[in-house]
Amino acid sequence: MTDIKKDKPLSEKIETNVAGPDVGRRRIIKGAGAVTAASALSVPMILVPPRANAATELNMIAWYGHGEPDMVEEFEAMHNVKIKAKYYAGGDNMLALISQSPPGTYDLVLSDGEFVKLLKEAGYIEPMDPNEYNMGDLFDEYSHFDAHWMGDTLYSVIVRFGYLGVSFNTDIISHEEASDYNILWDSKLKGKVGHFDWHLPNLGCLSLRDGNNKPSPFDINSSKWSQLQETTLSLKPQVGGYFDYGGTFASLKNGEVYAMCGIGDWITGVVRKDGSPVDSVIPTQGGIQWTESYSIGKGSKKQDLAKEFIRYITSPKGQVRSIQMAAYPGMSPYKSGWTAINEANPEEAKRQRMTFDGHNCIDDLREGRIHFRQTPVQQSLEDWNDFWSEYKNA
Amino acid sequence: MPIVIWQLIFFVFPLIFLVVLSFWLVKNYRMVPGFDTINWVKMFSKGYFWDAYWRTLGYAGVATIVTSILAFPCAFALAFKVSPKVRRWALFFLIVPFFTSYLVRTYSWQIFLNDNGIFNTLFALVGLGPFQLLNNFFGTLVGYLTLCLPLVVVLQLISLANVDRTLIEAAHNLGCGRLRTVFQVIVPLAKIGIILGAVFTFILTFGDFVSPYYLGGSKPPTLSILIIDTTKSGQQWPRAAVVAIVMIVTLLTIMFASVAAAYRKRS
Repeated sequence: MTDIKKDKPLSEKIETNVAGPDVGRRRIIKGAGAVTAASALSVPMILVPPRANAATELNMIAWYGHGEPDMVEEFEAMHNVKIKAKYYAGGDNMLALISQSPPGTYDLVLSDGEFVKLLKEAGYIEPMDPNEYNMGDLFDEYSHFDAHWMGDTLYSVIVRFGYLGVSFNTDIISHEEASDYNILWDSKLKGKVGHFDWHLPNLGCLSLRDGNNKPSPFDINSSKWSQLQETTLSLKPQVGGYFDYGGTFASLKNGEVYAMCGIGDWITGVVRKDGSPVDSVIPTQGGIQWTESYSIGKGSKKQDLAKEFIRYITSPKGQVRSIQMAAYPGMSPYKSGWTAINEANPEEAKRQRMTFDGHNCIDDLREGRIHFRQTPVQQSLEDWNDFWSEYKNA
Repeated sequence: MPIVIWQLIFFVFPLIFLVVLSFWLVKNYRMVPGFDTINWVKMFSKGYFWDAYWRTLGYAGVATIVTSILAFPCAFALAFKVSPKVRRWALFFLIVPFFTSYLVRTYSWQIFLNDNGIFNTLFALVGLGPFQLLNNFFGTLVGYLTLCLPLVVVLQLISLANVDRTLIEAAHNLGCGRLRTVFQVIVPLAKIGIILGAVFTFILTFGDFVSPYYLGGSKPPTLSILIIDTTKSGQQWPRAAVVAIVMIVTLLTIMFASVAAAYRKRS
């Protein structure tokens, strides 16, 4: 005969044991222990927000400052997103960091205009649909910015720009004096001329001093290149040092350097806020332009959110933040950005010459005084870099 | 055995990779594995590379001599002239600077050394200056001393503290003058610590980037700055590897020669 009791399923057996009257002391103690442990583990969980509310992470690679709270906190709150920024110093550094990371690491890539083509060629960025962004709001000069388009395809959306010329200590040099690159050779600046340690903006400005403005200070033949090298080497006795980002700030602030070429308001705007007597000017021979723009990283899994961020930062609200970015200021290429900053901070709008009445910063472009910073056209980047190393050693 | 494994993983293998890297190429800012001597040829044919090499060697040499000379009287006094309690406190204060970042200490020197800085302000009070103390070799040397002087004092102190006092007394008893005792008895007996201190100074200053950049104004550049320049423009890591290998070979040569000198028995 079959013992019915023996054939009961296991669940039933357990149920019987737990509910039945023959519950042993050890079982009670064991059960109590389990309940205590479970309670202990679950109590802190009450304090942890449910997982559904955890912020999404959006990874950005950018110059310092673009991922700081003054730039992103509003967007983060609006979209329950956490922007995680990896900062670089210089386009070369950016390319290296991206090349060392697996595809899809960065959702947003902030780049200088001249590096967009290299990003595209290396396959690091996605094509973009211009209809998805505020392109119609751009000033004509930026509505089809060559550096961001490869044929008919857009690869980057401009956020801000600025000019590079001569930055100077206003206690030592007047505006008029600084409006000519030749001031750098003045005897009163012996040992007091500084360089931001990057060949491209420095050689670009000195090329303008040599009169190479057509078609571009970066598009020069071999004889003009030789002339530029001579000009640069003749400046050597005046040079007090070569500085990185922090060193440039410090040297202008503590009076160690009286003048620098190849930098602009992106540095002096911040130093001035600290009360130091410095300013920047575009000399009569012309100036260099930098631009910063956002692309979407190749293989990004959060492209919609990345697009949303680009729309935000190019919107009037985003542009007001960008213009006044704590790390370094920048001008807006968006008409609505100008309107917004004139309402939010008219003084800053005036300081950066983003006003609709009178001569403004876009007029400099229209007058042909400003040239886009680019990699050398007729020489290799290596030639320019080699010369810069020679110059530093001279 | 663990030390062998450690050295293999963290020194030998990376070094081998560095050598391999120096033969790679860079195309479109990306390193491409290969075997090409172009990086060696390019770097060795550049005048600025050799200028930077000899300059770095000179800077490190001067820093080594100055640091050793400045450290010795201090270490000597701590070893022979002060009470054990004072020595302990002095050791403590020599170690404390290492609690803060070298970069921060270097940056803080700018406040003292710049044209409107503390030193020039004090000089101005007595009608002197302003002197150029920053963005030149003097500034760099101040940075080097900040990095090395406390360490060298400690190394020399340990060596001097272990000098057999009876030998010093014997020298005095035999009519040896104070100065002669120092140079003919104490210095030879503390030779190992003194040379090790000098070697450490040379190694640290030869490869230092911070002082020549932030206090020397990168003017003119040293090899470590050249490495940065090379990697910054065009991602030329293979050429930077060439510079790094030259530096390592130089340091190994100097180090082996110095250690051999330190442990050489007197004939």
